[in-house]
Amino acid sequence: MQMAAHSMKPLAGALALTFLATLAGGSLLSLVVEAFRGSTEGFAAFDSYLWRIARFTILQALLSMVLSVGFAIPLARALHAQQNFAGRAMILRLFALPLALPALVAVLGITSIYGRNGLIAAIFSWLGLDNVPDIYGLTGILVAHVFFNLPLATRLLLSSLDSIPEDYWKLSSQLGMGNWTQFKLIEWPVILRNISGVAGLIFMLCITSFTVVLTLGGGPRATTLEVAIYQSLHFDFDIARAVSLTLLQLCLTVAILSLLSLAGRPTEEGFSIRTTTRRFDASSSASRAWNTSVILIGFLFIALPISGTVLSGLSADLVRLMSEATVWRAIVTSLVLASLAATLSLAVSLSLVVAREFSATKRRYAKAGIFERSLDLGASLIMVVPPIIIGAGWFILSRHFVDPFSLAPFMVIFVNAAMAVPFTFRILRPSWDTAASRHNQLCAQLGITGWNRMKIIDWPVLTRPLGIAFAFAMALSLGDLGTIALFGNDSVLTLPYLLLQRMGSYRTDDAAGLALILAALCLILMVIADRGANRLIRRDSNNNG
Amino acid sequence: MVKPVLNGMSIRLDAVRFDYGEMAMHFDASIEASSITAIIGPSGSGKSTLLNLIAGFEKPASGAIQIDDVDVTDLPPSLRPVSMAFQDNNLFAHLDVTSNVGLGRKPDLKLDPADIKSVQTAIQKVGLAGKEARKPDALSGGERQRVAIARALVRNRPVLLLDEAFASLGPALRHEMLGLVADLHRETGMTIIMVTHHPDDALRLSSALLFLENGRIVASGPAKDLLSDRGPALLRNYLGSKESGL
Repeated sequence: MQMAAHSMKPLAGALALTFLATLAGGSLLSLVVEAFRGSTEGFAAFDSYLWRIARFTILQALLSMVLSVGFAIPLARALHAQQNFAGRAMILRLFALPLALPALVAVLGITSIYGRNGLIAAIFSWLGLDNVPDIYGLTGILVAHVFFNLPLATRLLLSSLDSIPEDYWKLSSQLGMGNWTQFKLIEWPVILRNISGVAGLIFMLCITSFTVVLTLGGGPRATTLEVAIYQSLHFDFDIARAVSLTLLQLCLTVAILSLLSLAGRPTEEGFSIRTTTRRFDASSSASRAWNTSVILIGFLFIALPISGTVLSGLSADLVRLMSEATVWRAIVTSLVLASLAATLSLAVSLSLVVAREFSATKRRYAKAGIFERSLDLGASLIMVVPPIIIGAGWFILSRHFVDPFSLAPFMVIFVNAAMAVPFTFRILRPSWDTAASRHNQLCAQLGITGWNRMKIIDWPVLTRPLGIAFAFAMALSLGDLGTIALFGNDSVLTLPYLLLQRMGSYRTDDAAGLALILAALCLILMVIADRGANRLIRRDSNNNG
Repeated sequence: MVKPVLNGMSIRLDAVRFDYGEMAMHFDASIEASSITAIIGPSGSGKSTLLNLIAGFEKPASGAIQIDDVDVTDLPPSLRPVSMAFQDNNLFAHLDVTSNVGLGRKPDLKLDPADIKSVQTAIQKVGLAGKEARKPDALSGGERQRVAIARALVRNRPVLLLDEAFASLGPALRHEMLGLVADLHRETGMTIIMVTHHPDDALRLSSALLFLENGRIVASGPAKDLLSDRGPALLRNYLGSKESGL
């Protein structure tokens, strides 16, 4: 295909790659340099305390993974078997919520149920029992991680169950297979194919979980590497320890990701909630009762903390909160930083997408070159180098030149933008690639090139996916606590940071109110993204012009 | 409007070689000005590639392509005297009928009154009057292909390539579209080359026929001769196996 030989597209891609590489590479370089500068000190920091934290990091992630997946299997099975269950669609929608909620908000919801003054404690004391549940520590971390990951695992496994051809169910009911035989012969093989991917994903999410462990972990006994990095930088200012912790965390993520790449990724359903495949067997009343109770338990486990957030948020003094200048400042700061981060994230991922498609189209039947493959890799770089590591690296590096805390707004924008790139890249790429494959020949024939093509052809197709990606990236950035916790100070106060401060000073009502505001902002953005995405899918399936 | 009085142009492929993955394709062909030629052959035999080479979407590894005795081998698609309609994706889904046709006139859509006049006439001619403001998703499959033909009309290029443009239409609609093509051909004298899965299309338009196999033209001549019982054995096998496969 003939194209303008001097296209700006590869240049844009190279710029985006440079940004991501500098962000991640700069922090890694700083860590390595620091480790060798104070070599004796740095390596001495690898003491038993460090290993204990590493062990706990892995242990909590393993347990969270086993619990989430272990309960997700019967739950996904039950949801798949009970296609006509009243409120099934509502439950699936509800299960999309935890991932959209900022972790801090979810933590407050969980304490409102399981905490010292929570629902369960209230029921216990009403029953006259005086053993008050203590959520802080491993228990709390596990409850929160299962709260986030059970719905994720369930949705992923359900979509793999949905991929079983209808004919299998016809056959199995014709052959009169029992419940157990069906599970063993039909469902388990499909689950098995996806389970390693799902489990790996959850394990990775829990290894890098920061907010949950920071707020629900109980002191040095129950802390993870990421939280320990934060504490050594923010409170102890112990650079040597921070460096060794960060390097350890980095080795851990790299090791796990290489294992994960062997395990393969779970097939994802994206935003949409697929509707039914029909089941033909008349299920026994015993299995129906079992399924119903599994669904009910799963529903309560997710729904209770969410309603807890809403109820305690509503009972907070919202009017007073909204009259506080600090609260307004935090909201405005959060919105401004999040929009800037989202804009940057879109610019970066769109450049990657466009440059990738350009070089893929140009090479035609040849193999992908290094540039194209690095564009793909760049999009997921942030998975290997988690935000806290980037933050820690730049914190340590920048303290030689400036006051690290003065970098807060820039770090929040840069790191949050990079954090959102894997997602925005995945939202933009299919739209762009489809549009390009439909339009490239036509545009070449009609001589529509350059600015004309951007204005008449590409932009109208891109507006909706860009809007979706923007809303998604902004929600992600709004709810993020990691970077701002590291760099945050009173001059740059975001909503999650203010929330954390109020929690820290035991102003629980304020915290609940702020959590509700934060959750509302994120959910509005997520609903916009979700609606847009559904319409996009419908539009794509409707017309092939 | 500019009256589409055109004379078709002749097309020659001289020892054109093209490597499609593993398969090396090799084309030698000569197509008369203002003729209608149908290309048939099994899938993967290179029918679409042949059209893509003429339109300029693919570049030959060696050999030359001449249109009207001018070498166009190095010209980009937009500068060749060629319009092409595909099976799908002929239209931009977010633009209405008028804009989709208008792009054939001005790639920046800045249409002057003369352009608008010619776009309107073309839309009428393909029988879509009254549907100018519709988006492609509000059109039927047949109507979408009519828009593509209208655009080819306003482009006023002497060669029209149809790449299975009517393959996704039902039999009645397909015949209707072939009728439209025949009318346009009578009126404009365009050189028309069409890839089709239906040999009777070629008979209907009483066209010439190219039969492709494994990236080579293995038989050519008037359709009514090649498709008769006395046609070459190769072709009889293809047609026979096709019927038994139905």
